[in-house]
Amino acid sequence: MGILMAALLALSLLSLGFGAAPLSWGEVLGGLLGTGPTEQVLIVQQIRLPRVLLAWLLGASLGMSGAALQGLLRNPLAEPGLLGISASAGLGAVLALYFGLTAVSLWALPAAAMTGALLATLLLYLLTRGGSSNLTLILAGVALSSLAGALTSLALNLAPNPSSVQDIVLWLLGSIADRSLADVRLVLPFVAAGLALLLAAAPALTLLTLGEGEAVSLGVTLSRLQGLVITGSALAVGACVSVTGTIGFVGLVVPHLLRGLVQHRPGRLLLPSAIGGALLVLASDLAIRLLDTPRELMLGVVTALVGAPFFLVLVLKSRRALP
Amino acid sequence: MSLLSVQGLEVRLGARLVVEGVDLRLDSGELLGLIGPNGAGKSTVVKAIAQLLPHRGDVRLQGRSVRRFGARERARGMAYLSQDDQVQWPILVQDLVALGRHPHRSPWGGSDAAGDAGGAVEMAMRAADVWTLRGRRADQLSGGERARARLARVLAVNAPLILADEPVAALDPRHQLDVMELLRVHCVGGGGAIVVLHDLTMASRFCDRLLLLNQGRPVASGPVNDVLTPEQLRRVYGIEAVTGVHAGQAYIVPWAREKGRGLGGGLDANAN
Repeated sequence: MGILMAALLALSLLSLGFGAAPLSWGEVLGGLLGTGPTEQVLIVQQIRLPRVLLAWLLGASLGMSGAALQGLLRNPLAEPGLLGISASAGLGAVLALYFGLTAVSLWALPAAAMTGALLATLLLYLLTRGGSSNLTLILAGVALSSLAGALTSLALNLAPNPSSVQDIVLWLLGSIADRSLADVRLVLPFVAAGLALLLAAAPALTLLTLGEGEAVSLGVTLSRLQGLVITGSALAVGACVSVTGTIGFVGLVVPHLLRGLVQHRPGRLLLPSAIGGALLVLASDLAIRLLDTPRELMLGVVTALVGAPFFLVLVLKSRRALP
Repeated sequence: MSLLSVQGLEVRLGARLVVEGVDLRLDSGELLGLIGPNGAGKSTVVKAIAQLLPHRGDVRLQGRSVRRFGARERARGMAYLSQDDQVQWPILVQDLVALGRHPHRSPWGGSDAAGDAGGAVEMAMRAADVWTLRGRRADQLSGGERARARLARVLAVNAPLILADEPVAALDPRHQLDVMELLRVHCVGGGGAIVVLHDLTMASRFCDRLLLLNQGRPVASGPVNDVLTPEQLRRVYGIEAVTGVHAGQAYIVPWAREKGRGLGGGLDANAN
């Protein structure tokens, strides 16, 4: 934990120090504290700081949601993307863009994304209510994910204006570049609330290691646990998606890498996964900026390129583990 | 006042009535064996008593209706060991056993050491002979070791009532005896236990009383010798068994499928 935290802070400083305008460390610090020249304060506080803070919030949301959903479903392949939470948040945001709601209010985009995520949650609940199996929940999530993807494609297909289509597609690819502190302020309360709900589920998640029956016999209320994890994930991930677009696989990769550090206890995995997620998003974002590509790569593209093969390896490993 | 009393227990799965008319009493110090063929409803009865299934009927623990218990209070009163042998994540044995202390901790978590006053976790691990395995991962245990670790988890709850669903099904003879002995010790210490068993000799050897279920209904209950009669075995299990007495206790060896005639089915089987 300490090492993860230290690595995150070090990488954050590195991220603050790196950019188009060459600034010395002293100038970065001056900009951060607001004591330097106005131009440097603007660069650090308005351009670089939001990028770092959003990486923290997004990474923490994806990492902790992934760890919590894997614990709930007792399946190392689960993550917000799998249950359709990310895709539904994306659909909500796309609809807001499509109908031009974003021009009406700054809050329209995140509100639409969170509504999408929460509707997905509610639908998942209705589909799996009454103690249905994890398989049902996962299949419902896959179906929901496909539906949200199809509706998003439909919206793009019917979009009257080609340039708005390009905007939407680019946003869907996922990025934390060129965001402002206002975006951070918009997302922060929902991420904080979501992560708090997830942390409240930690002891029950560890008890689920014994299976549902024994966990309930030890005092776990399954409906409360499911409510905490699914609502918490929907709030945190939904809010982030509205600002950053859909970014996949962080919630899959990070808990998997850190599980050994906490002796595989699902409840203890939550906080390290949040920090590790922030670290991974920040590192990916830094890598994008360091790579000398003709056009800056999108964060979601990079995480998917790294994460999808990882996912396949995990599937192969779990296939081999079967009798 | 009895430790546990169950009256008119009835469980439905959908429209199907899977358990009906189960009444039982368990006093402190008693080990009750729940026996019957596959599908007789043994696991269902145990789960319903543990409040894991919706059911009708009155379940009272130490005289109080279990429905009035909060989840944690109920968890301190009865410990449940499921039939499912799997541990879902490869956590360490000591962490697994410590989960049994959860109902004694504050609802807001607290450290793993909290709620373990008196070293219940260590005592449970030593009793179940998994103390030397405490640093091992659950997925690196043999079936027998894992069964003992899971039993240690149940013992760590320190609940007066233990509900164990086929705790010896996966074990070699030596560990079957160990596990039954541990449950016996729990009862001698003032607790009580209901144990689902397939091995009729184990049932006879360790249980004070038996409840025989068939197709969701109780067909016999009482002292071992009253329940495990050749007629009952034939009628309920459809088997002929070789029975005998050793050191004052009956042993029952299932020998052949029912032939429709009195004892001595074993000899018939040999003749075939």
